[in-house]
Amino acid sequence: MKQKTLVKALAALFVASAAGGAFAQKISDDVVRIGVLTDMSGTYSDLAGKGSVVAAEMAVADFSKNKTVLGKKIEIVSADHQNKADITANKAREWIDKDRVDVIVDLVTTSAALAAMEIAEQKNKITLVSGAASLDITRSKCTANNVHWVYDTYNLGKAREALVKGGKKTWFFVTADYTFGHNLERDTAAIVTANGGTVVGSVRHPFPGSDFSSFLLKAQSSGAQVIGLANAGQDTINSVKQAAEFGISQKQTIVPLLTFITDVHSLGLRAAQGLSVSESFYWDLNDQTRAWSRRFFDIHKRMPSMVHAGVYSSVMNYLKAVEATKSDDTATVMAHLKSKPIDDGLFKGNIRVDGKFDHDFHVFEVKKPAESKGPWDYYKLVATIPAKDASAPLDASCKLVKKS
Amino acid sequence: MFEWLGITPQALVAQLLVGLINGSFYAILSLGLAVIFGLLNVINFTHGAQYMMGAFLAWIGLTQLGGWVGKPDWEVNYWVALVAAPLIVGAIGILIERFMLKRLYHLDHLYGLLLTFGLALVIEGMFRHWYGISGESYSAPEALQGGIRLEGLGLFLPKYRLWVIVASLTVCLGTWFVIERTKLGNYLRAGTENPKLLQALGVNVPLMITLAYGFGVALAAFAGVLAAPVFQVNPVMGSNLIIVVFAVVVIGGMGSILGSIVTGVGLGLLEGLTKVFYPEASSVVIFVIMAIVLLLRPAGLFGKER
Repeated sequence: MKQKTLVKALAALFVASAAGGAFAQKISDDVVRIGVLTDMSGTYSDLAGKGSVVAAEMAVADFSKNKTVLGKKIEIVSADHQNKADITANKAREWIDKDRVDVIVDLVTTSAALAAMEIAEQKNKITLVSGAASLDITRSKCTANNVHWVYDTYNLGKAREALVKGGKKTWFFVTADYTFGHNLERDTAAIVTANGGTVVGSVRHPFPGSDFSSFLLKAQSSGAQVIGLANAGQDTINSVKQAAEFGISQKQTIVPLLTFITDVHSLGLRAAQGLSVSESFYWDLNDQTRAWSRRFFDIHKRMPSMVHAGVYSSVMNYLKAVEATKSDDTATVMAHLKSKPIDDGLFKGNIRVDGKFDHDFHVFEVKKPAESKGPWDYYKLVATIPAKDASAPLDASCKLVKKS
Repeated sequence: MFEWLGITPQALVAQLLVGLINGSFYAILSLGLAVIFGLLNVINFTHGAQYMMGAFLAWIGLTQLGGWVGKPDWEVNYWVALVAAPLIVGAIGILIERFMLKRLYHLDHLYGLLLTFGLALVIEGMFRHWYGISGESYSAPEALQGGIRLEGLGLFLPKYRLWVIVASLTVCLGTWFVIERTKLGNYLRAGTENPKLLQALGVNVPLMITLAYGFGVALAAFAGVLAAPVFQVNPVMGSNLIIVVFAVVVIGGMGSILGSIVTGVGLGLLEGLTKVFYPEASSVVIFVIMAIVLLLRPAGLFGKER
């Protein structure tokens, strides 16, 4: 009888110690699952899309050869959100509830990113946004479980400050008629007026458009020194092309406010030369970006966009945080991410309390065909805006920022 | 008198000119649809994809083909592409008609619509897989680069855009002439009215239908080559345009040749005006007109009630 009790006690002790061991390394359901939720077939599929999955896989392979963290498997799943908020929300819910996804990355398109952020907040999982642009992600719509990794509409506006200070005082905006376009126009116009410039007018075009000549002629007759293109992707490409066709770019400065290297690649240097573009990443910035980008190129056959670099960086730093905290608990990992500086060779800076990843922003000029050594050699670095100037100040419209 | 509009007369004329250019694209695309619908009773949803194929073939000819055959310097120039691309895409269209569409003639219209819509998705998907979504740039031929400065209008009019107007209106009017004024056109129109009777009179109606589809498709590809230097050549360039073009066909009257040309140009102008005065509505205005026309004249402006 006594012996039986002893066995029970020993068994209990054993179970307790085993459980204790498990608690020391808390990885829920024994797998770390990373979901790449992006646009696989639509307008943004070149600047995000499959390349984002490649970047996430590279990060996992670089983090650990046998694709494990704390001895547990790392898995990547991916899906096409078709740039639609409802599809994004459904997929995020399914991933978290059924497939036990721990973190969702990329999330190109603002409306999609906001939808995923909301679901992840309800279910206490993490979102690391690289693709979407709107400043609202770290302002009125901010969540404690999110990091805005690569760029926002404030960065893009701020990158134009030097232009305004340099004498380009009058601006006209050609704006895509949806949230992103409106935000980009709002944030850039604020920078223009804050530096003594004036906005002489704007025109809103339906999204997506194909013929922009009417809008460009309107911008031309406004007499503004600068025509700011508050649109993206195909719309920007066609606007730039048609502005050159109508001889507008000779007398007025065309400034595409959001450009990715994939846009410049498809536009070709002949049409794009001389354009001023702003990005937070370019493959040919330094030895580290070059080395990483060449490896990316070998797999994807295209150089990475800043979104691809952001997906790699966010996945890598997430895994490092899981390893360092020995946990995939949301609050623990988020606290760790926000606690110390990040420098992974692609981005360098700090993650703020509102989730904005503060890092340098660059202004480039697109090279002339004669200056380029070959495909993808497109940018000349004009200026680097240090992290402290590039990002929007903390604002109390984000609930995480203490009201002072 | 223009002050209250907030625009100078010169600027207005300039904008109308731009509208005319878009109108000529609408005209040539809707003409192809009208020819196909008139004879085959098929609503050809592949039209946008065929337009895209025309543009892509021009780009492939100029930049890729030389490399494929091992002679990097060799290129198919714009003028050759303007003839060759429609022929190739038209031939592919003929294969589609022979092997697929033909089997659906005895069924409801909807089956043809579904087949052509599905084909469009497959074709666009393939090009997206091969070339990505951002597309490729195609430069206008040397002779048509640059432009004319119209000092009076304060407008720099690209030569290429003028060429688009001339080329597409010439092709449109030529097609109209052939169909309305020649013997071949008589057969075609008779085939539209009563194919069985025409066949009984010894005309090879199935062949005529096949060729008519090939021709309609070739028109789409021709518009595609014309569009290549103006718009970015990308896999979805057709699907962006095709919905508007369908509205144009409905407004003009399904199957009406002259109707599709006149409404195409007219709606291009009207859309141009909307872009000046109320740009937010410029993608909607054509559909508003479509709704009004359908209420007042269900057969379209130039269509006949059947």
